[in-house]
Amino acid sequence: MENILKIEHVEKYYGNKSSLTKALDNLSFEVEEGEFVAIMGASGSGKTTLLNCISTIDRVTSGHIYVAGTDITKLKGNALNQFRREQLGFIFQDFNLLDTLNVYENIALALTIQNVPAHTIEGRVRDVAKELGVGDVLNKYPYQMSGGQKQRVACARAIITEPKLVLADEPTGALDSKSAKMLLERFYYLNGKLDATILMVTHDSFTASYASRVIFIKDGKIFHELIKGADTRKEFFGKIIDVVTLLGGDVSDAL
Amino acid sequence: MLYKLSVRNIRKSIKDYAVYFFTLVVGVAIFYVFNAIDSQAAMLNVSERTEEIIELMTNMLSSVSVLVSIILGGLIIFASRFLIKRRNKEFGIYLTLGMGKRRISMILFCETLLIGMLSLVVGLLVGIGISQFMSAFVANMFEADMTKYEFVFSYDACKRTLLYFGIMYGVVMIFNVVSISHCKLIDLLQAEKRTEKIRLKNPWFCVLVFFAAAGLLGRAYYMVTAGFSEMQDANYIYVPIVMGIVGTFLVFWSLSGLMLRIFMSMKRVYYKGLNSFILRQISSQVNTTVGSMSVICLMLFVTIGVLCACFSIKNSMQMELDELAPVDIDIVKRLNFDDTDKEVSKKEIEISNLSISEFYDAAGLSLDEKLSETVSVHIYREEGFTMGKSLGDSLESIQNQYLFIQYETPEDIMGLSEYNKAAELLHNPTFTLAEDEYLIVADFQSMAAIRNSVLEKGETVEIFGKTLKPKYTACQDGFVEIGGNHMNTGIFVVPDAVIKEDAVEIEHLLGNYAVDTKEERQKIENEIINATGNVNTEDSLYPALNTRLTISEASAGLGAIVTFIGLYLGVVFLISSAAILALKQLSESADNIERYQVLRQLGADESMIRKALFGQIGIFFAAPLFIAVIHSVFGIRFSMIILEILGTVGMPKSIAATAVILLGIYGGYFLMTYWCSKNVIRVRE
Repeated sequence: MENILKIEHVEKYYGNKSSLTKALDNLSFEVEEGEFVAIMGASGSGKTTLLNCISTIDRVTSGHIYVAGTDITKLKGNALNQFRREQLGFIFQDFNLLDTLNVYENIALALTIQNVPAHTIEGRVRDVAKELGVGDVLNKYPYQMSGGQKQRVACARAIITEPKLVLADEPTGALDSKSAKMLLERFYYLNGKLDATILMVTHDSFTASYASRVIFIKDGKIFHELIKGADTRKEFFGKIIDVVTLLGGDVSDAL
Repeated sequence: MLYKLSVRNIRKSIKDYAVYFFTLVVGVAIFYVFNAIDSQAAMLNVSERTEEIIELMTNMLSSVSVLVSIILGGLIIFASRFLIKRRNKEFGIYLTLGMGKRRISMILFCETLLIGMLSLVVGLLVGIGISQFMSAFVANMFEADMTKYEFVFSYDACKRTLLYFGIMYGVVMIFNVVSISHCKLIDLLQAEKRTEKIRLKNPWFCVLVFFAAAGLLGRAYYMVTAGFSEMQDANYIYVPIVMGIVGTFLVFWSLSGLMLRIFMSMKRVYYKGLNSFILRQISSQVNTTVGSMSVICLMLFVTIGVLCACFSIKNSMQMELDELAPVDIDIVKRLNFDDTDKEVSKKEIEISNLSISEFYDAAGLSLDEKLSETVSVHIYREEGFTMGKSLGDSLESIQNQYLFIQYETPEDIMGLSEYNKAAELLHNPTFTLAEDEYLIVADFQSMAAIRNSVLEKGETVEIFGKTLKPKYTACQDGFVEIGGNHMNTGIFVVPDAVIKEDAVEIEHLLGNYAVDTKEERQKIENEIINATGNVNTEDSLYPALNTRLTISEASAGLGAIVTFIGLYLGVVFLISSAAILALKQLSESADNIERYQVLRQLGADESMIRKALFGQIGIFFAAPLFIAVIHSVFGIRFSMIILEILGTVGMPKSIAATAVILLGIYGGYFLMTYWCSKNVIRVRE
């Protein structure tokens, strides 16, 4: 299997010489094609920094990040934008849908930015919307929908360009438990059926239990790694809880 | 503490304030410059008459200043309320921290005071700077020589600027305090959490409204142009104005609903790049800004109209001077006065029996020495041959249409050979007539049009007992009395044989001064004025003087007045409307920071985002301008009809000058808004 994402000795420092914070401290790992990886850690562990570096929103202090063979730490300007729109899909905690556009236009926007011919857009949008169960709300506006629906629309927007890697930052953070479950089942389906590679940052053990691999980060370093393998989701959830307990000393710290 | 907070606040919201501050500075500067014109004019070497005109202009400019300060005051109140609204959350936080409303009002008071004082100081400095350059402009307008150049500071203008703007800022402060004391905390805190509801208007209803609006505007356009002659009464002018205002509003209202629909159906265009985003952005704003767009559109229309009209009056006055006053002097004198009803002295009756040259000989001035190329012509009148009579059968219908014409005035009659002599000197066309023919010369167009309607019928008239038929079906161009504008309402030119010598009423003596330099001309003119003695009073039997020098001074002076007032009002209107648009767009950009951030996350290039921003702001600036230009096409035609007496030559030049000013100021505001917006939505690392 090909490595979609390869992180090599990445370091990210904040602050100046007198008070240095190592948000990422010599971090290395790889994600293979078709994997569904969750990154867990307490607040301030560096997981969001890591995601920002991979998504090219932030720059690393040292080290390299390869996405599908390209070293994205060396990209600049419009090449960076091109990389972002062609190789990556984003899902955010607060959805980040454009409130002036309806669902259909929100999903289509990801394609129009890539200058995809207009006549192919409609079919693709409808297909993706159907996969994510938002096919019947295409004419609605974000303010008319529930959080779960909005997140699934954001998810549709992220995958419609068929990105190499989907990055999700606390995707269930703003959802109630029922919507969260529904969204995660969609993720699981996308990962299994459509071979989408997903990298998800979360501090919720339940959310993480849907992944095939969970990486735990503490103080900018990899603390532990769990692979689901043949476990059921419930067993995997138990293992995750165990590590979280170990990681934070207290579950409430981690949650 | 309060002061510190105020300063910090201003600094923090400098992006929003920049355009506001700039507008204030420009407003103050313009106010000063136009009020200081009299002190610029004081440096000029001008005649007494021109000085009187300058005094008149100064008075007019200071009354216009009241209107200007009302406009600017409105703008400042709008802008400051707008900026306060944007800071609702900030005030909410102050309130939750336990700060009283009085303290918040004090913060606002301090801020307004600071901004006000700063803008006054900077604006006055800029104004004083600009007004130094105005000297040359003023001199040019009055066609005067600049004798000396010195630094001018107008104490009066400065005082007036401080007073007017002081009052304006005072009113703004009161407004601010009132608006803060009426706020509820919960509204302040939740101000930003407005859920944007998107309402798409019913497209068919929009189409209906659009056609209704177009019809309304079309009707109004027709009324002020082709249908102008049907307008019976000056009060009817309000009808097309009201129709225009309502129509403008409805056009924006319906277009805001339609444009999106139309583009949405054009899938190829709509789903290309960021087009869907741009159009949605625009339509979401237009829905809430239809009112202000209409106001801005109308203000632009007024600006274009005022500037164009003023420039064309000025231009045509200059250009027509050579045509309408081709000789240096035109002496007019009543002859043969026999109206015994009027109380006139015996001496005056005697004077009325003298010819012009005899009169000046008696006064000890030989016109032959002073003037070259003189032509003396006579105008005859026949009792009973009035305007009403000459119109014949058409009188009744014309009378119904034009109430303001004096139908009882006797018509002017001239012999052909004398007319041709005068016409040669005045560079007008000469004519020939058969024994039983007559023609009318007139250059006052609307009067000529009335006469033409009669001439077309070919009806005969009876003059001095002879029946004459018209040679032409229309009035011919020409005049005898020189003046600043076209004002010959009609002279009947008849064969010499028809004329009855004892019906002579008026003598015109046309001539040029027999010298070359301007000083010598002025000297001769003064000699003639002195010899005339009794100054021109109405119905005087002494000669009246029309001279090229007075006409040109008067028209230069009038041109200057019109130009300055037009520029003053036009520029103030322009900066007001542009500033409103700029502020709206800037705050819109501030609200859209997150949306642009989302576009970046989706991988849109910076150039794409810049284009989207440019398109969005550009359309907001262009739409009202576009409609205003359409309005202006008809508005200018209308003003051409109204201003006919003043002449409308050189319209292309005036339109060009207007366009330059419009593009300079309005375009400048547009670019400023775009650059500031670009900064607002820039990625913050």
